[in-house]
Amino acid sequence: MARTAERKDVVIIGLGWTGSILGMELANEGLEILALERGEDRNTVPDFKYPEVIDELKYAIRMGFMQKPRNSTLTIRRSLEETALPYRQLGSFLPGNGVGGAGIHWNGLNWRPMENEFRLRSYVEERFGAQIIPEDMTIQDWGVTYDELETHMDRFEYVAGISGQAGNINGRIIEGGNPFEAPRARDFPMPPLPNTYDSTLFREAASAMGYHPFTRPAANASQAYTNEYGMSLGPCNYCGFCERFGCLNYSKSSPQVCILDALKRKPNFQYRTHCDVLRIEKATDGLTSTGVTYFDEMANEEVFQPADLVIVAAYSLHNVHLLLLSQIGTPYDPVTGTGVVGKNYSYQMNGGTTLFFRDRFFNPFIGTGSNGVSIDDFAISQIDFAREGFIGGSYISSGTANGRPIAGFAMPSDTPKWGAGWKQGIGDWYGHSMSIGAHGSNMSYRDVYLDLDPTYTDRYGRALMRMTFNWKPNDIRMTQFMKSRIEEIATSMSPDLMQSSYKSDGAQYDVRPYQTTHNVGGAIMGADRNTSVLNRYLQSWDMHNVFVMGASAFPQNTQYNPTGAVGGLAYWAADAIRRDYLPNPRPLV
Amino acid sequence: MTDLPGRPSRRSFLKGSAVTATLAGLSLPTKAQPAPEPVPLDQVEREYLEPAEWAFVMAACARLIPSEGEGPGAIECRVPVFIDRQLAGDFGAAADWYMAGPHNAAADPLLGWQTPLTPAEIYRQAIPVVDGWCRDNHGAVFAELDAQTQDSVLTALEGGDLPLAPEIRGFFTLIWQNTREGYFADPMYGGNHGMQAWVYIGFPGARGSYLEWVNKHNVEYPLGPVSISGERA
Repeated sequence: MARTAERKDVVIIGLGWTGSILGMELANEGLEILALERGEDRNTVPDFKYPEVIDELKYAIRMGFMQKPRNSTLTIRRSLEETALPYRQLGSFLPGNGVGGAGIHWNGLNWRPMENEFRLRSYVEERFGAQIIPEDMTIQDWGVTYDELETHMDRFEYVAGISGQAGNINGRIIEGGNPFEAPRARDFPMPPLPNTYDSTLFREAASAMGYHPFTRPAANASQAYTNEYGMSLGPCNYCGFCERFGCLNYSKSSPQVCILDALKRKPNFQYRTHCDVLRIEKATDGLTSTGVTYFDEMANEEVFQPADLVIVAAYSLHNVHLLLLSQIGTPYDPVTGTGVVGKNYSYQMNGGTTLFFRDRFFNPFIGTGSNGVSIDDFAISQIDFAREGFIGGSYISSGTANGRPIAGFAMPSDTPKWGAGWKQGIGDWYGHSMSIGAHGSNMSYRDVYLDLDPTYTDRYGRALMRMTFNWKPNDIRMTQFMKSRIEEIATSMSPDLMQSSYKSDGAQYDVRPYQTTHNVGGAIMGADRNTSVLNRYLQSWDMHNVFVMGASAFPQNTQYNPTGAVGGLAYWAADAIRRDYLPNPRPLV
Repeated sequence: MTDLPGRPSRRSFLKGSAVTATLAGLSLPTKAQPAPEPVPLDQVEREYLEPAEWAFVMAACARLIPSEGEGPGAIECRVPVFIDRQLAGDFGAAADWYMAGPHNAAADPLLGWQTPLTPAEIYRQAIPVVDGWCRDNHGAVFAELDAQTQDSVLTALEGGDLPLAPEIRGFFTLIWQNTREGYFADPMYGGNHGMQAWVYIGFPGARGSYLEWVNKHNVEYPLGPVSISGERA
């Protein structure tokens, strides 16, 4: 029998970026707030301090800061016919947990989606005709526009402290920025970071071909900075330990560095760690939630936490799992196409070309997570989908984030995989290659979705979530298009050798190698309750006091890393809750 | 701070003098003593591996990253010590992984780790199978074969040409991954002895501060590695 805790105005599930943002914004309304975090507490000191955190084995290989599959995982299959098997060991994607969530161990690539990505189906239909959308492709509009989100994405960029160069301020194109980006009201809060050798070579080559290179926006501080909450960042020292690590230097934007210490000082905010939310509870009328039931690992007891407002702010996959377990909203059925929870899961389509230069020194350990130069000349808005035969796009970049050796580094494909030849190869090639990569969109499909697994359960006996996902011809055509463009640029740079790695026809999803943690969808936002889980304010269509943050809201993946949009959506939802919902709690649409 | 090898900067000289002055009365060394010689590998007190397993791991590591040629081999880097400790710890026990059944060890490898066995159990079950196969086909266990034959066995193991049950078919991938880990991980885990592997490829280890080097393009970084415990090479 669960113990009933003292009532709160707000309970927040998960204390990463979005939980911290909602915590701060709602604490400023004077509400009594409790955040429940399933993982451990984390602070820059001692958890990320030098030199202990510079430990590739512990954090990058053994995944010290990640979700432990033993505690929480899912099952994966590649088609409706296959039997899903558990994702037992982390590989393809790395869900975060612990205070700060994935916001501590990201690389810091902070982008805004393009204007027409927010209304992708409408854009494609208006521009190219509905007939070019494959029958089983289920792309949708977000129900919110770029213009509506601009001020909120801007706010996130100023809270996080992004280093970059604007390319389009109120329609004025600015040299050195991304000329294809949507208009922004003002420049980034900090100037761009310096470029490493590889990205400088790429910039020169791309420029010479008539493309428009720019230093990509980075949540790695280029100078000292203090944000609106009084939180300070220091300049990044290019230590090369961003992704999979917490920042030792107060330089990479994280909830810890940008929000949490200020939030923790508020008397009306509390958080509890090692508290795993088991389900969101429904009122007897089924129209609202009464709070959440969680398991407190330290006290070894189940606790019911009553609350007037439930903010679901865990990792995207976990958000969807909680909705499914709590039976909030109708689960999606891929056969009939009805139901919504779990619908439109999508991933990301990436690929790259490696260039080898025997006599050049790239010092690959000198890097920052989002280091590099990009071009957006093949962005989703720059491609004639009807002519090319796919829907989607990629940004293309060069820039080294790290030179960690255990993870492995590029060697020519004819290098022996072990033995004397391998040892010779690592001596010959470490630090003598660079790469150009495509980071691309991934569309959503009728038979790519999330539901509950019929066989496997977690440590509480709850069904694991089941992911059904595989690569589709549309997205493979997109990445092959990027390959042809990247190889042209790479060839112009006259490397001694080059080799490419892109998905090709018939590629099957492989859960083993790391690809990206940009898992999106499953609790998508939209304008119609029959085709989305959340309305345009991230409010559940089914329970008006439940709001769901995060990339689970994306109806398909954009061509960018999701955090900029996730942060913007969190401020957008927080604004709607503060201005409109709290004075009169009800469905906002 | 710049401290090019063999060319102490004024700053590090001054710093060294200050340390000397401060610590003189305590008669403490002002420079790190050379690390004491470690226990020879054949006398290492092992945490997990039994003698026959240890002999196998020593021999396999010695072929996966051999001593011959440029750069240190797995034996000079004491990789077997690393593997033994890892197998005795959380990694060996798959402490973080989802290990509940049912299992389908014969599933498409693209679906990832599906054996019911932990890494430590895979070593324990696979080594006798490989040794038995070597005895049947080459007349001796793996560790007693000549280097060329050992290479051919490892090639066959890698290619799936040895009759391994599905539960242990990932053994080659596992031992090769662990060998590279022991070669390149921080020395505190027992391998990468003296940071030799880092020195060989030019990885500076846990230095963690390069801002003044970002703009120096196509210039080889000059400083040797440091470890988490402060060791320098």
